[in-house]
Amino acid sequence: MKNENLYKYILGIADNSLILGQRMGELCGHGPSLETDIACTNISLDLFGQVRSFYQYAAKIAGDGKTEDDIAMLRKEREYVNVLLVEQPNTNFAYSIGRQFLFDVYHLLFLKELEKSKDLTLSAIATKSIKEVSYHQRFSSDWIKRLGDGTNESHQKIQSAIDDLWTYTDELFHQTGADKAMVKEGIGVNVTTLKDKYYHLVKNVLVESTLKTPESKYFQKGGKQGIHTEHLGYLLAELQYMQRAYPNMEW
Amino acid sequence: MGTKNWPLWEIFVRSKNGLEHRHFGSLHAADAEMAIENARDVYTRRNEGVSIWVVESKNITASNPEHNGEMFEPAQDKVYRHPTFYELPDEVKYM
Repeated sequence: MKNENLYKYILGIADNSLILGQRMGELCGHGPSLETDIACTNISLDLFGQVRSFYQYAAKIAGDGKTEDDIAMLRKEREYVNVLLVEQPNTNFAYSIGRQFLFDVYHLLFLKELEKSKDLTLSAIATKSIKEVSYHQRFSSDWIKRLGDGTNESHQKIQSAIDDLWTYTDELFHQTGADKAMVKEGIGVNVTTLKDKYYHLVKNVLVESTLKTPESKYFQKGGKQGIHTEHLGYLLAELQYMQRAYPNMEW
Repeated sequence: MGTKNWPLWEIFVRSKNGLEHRHFGSLHAADAEMAIENARDVYTRRNEGVSIWVVESKNITASNPEHNGEMFEPAQDKVYRHPTFYELPDEVKYM
């Protein structure tokens, strides 16, 4: 493949949103209230809309006849390069919100940089996504505050969710080979430069929510290399079921 | 976390600038801010609106259906109260 780095780079972006979108979509019909259920599903749909643009672009670059669906639905677990954070399960509503919040803050910082990319397609997708993701961040931050500054039980639940998910945050700022190559060409975002700002923004919301910022210095990694937690396989089994049971099916 | 403790809110959406806010429905939310966010997600995702008002349902005072006779029926035989006896220029679209 001529543009292999660009192809891999796009998958790195899109896989995060695909897997997170699938996780949020799992709440469809299971949200804690009808209104919250709809809000979570909306976020899921926004993310799926964004990943379609990325996978379409990736399919064009690959030029091997594979479609956006093939790329999204038919890879094996080790070929997905999403960060570990987004595949973490919906243990309870606090985990869903904590995961969303910890990703949203990164996502928005990332897209605002991607908007400046020399690659006009990536820049255009970023511009389109920023409004949606700004709302996601507003929604998840509001819920962090509500749960943190809510009842004793909600406070304790969101604190444990943040404590547990914290270990997956550092990976957001690891660079892959494709990352480095794309940064050099002025196409990719240097994620290492987002780190300080990210932790600053996250901490501000946590403080406002009367939550403690975890101090753990031990962080998990591997997702960007395709080494995932045990949760991803189950998620993919559900995500890929239709395409595998009925190959080439369309709506 | 059940919704049974969340109060009910009435949602009004303005579809276009220049038009009035219309009642779209009601939903549950813990406070006004959440009611607006929920309304955004429930009612305005498909370009339905440019502005949202929310008001807690308990703050609405409604007429009593039992009093409909004395409230509304006297108007029924007074057709001359309807502004139907003159022609409306086409340019006036929203009347």
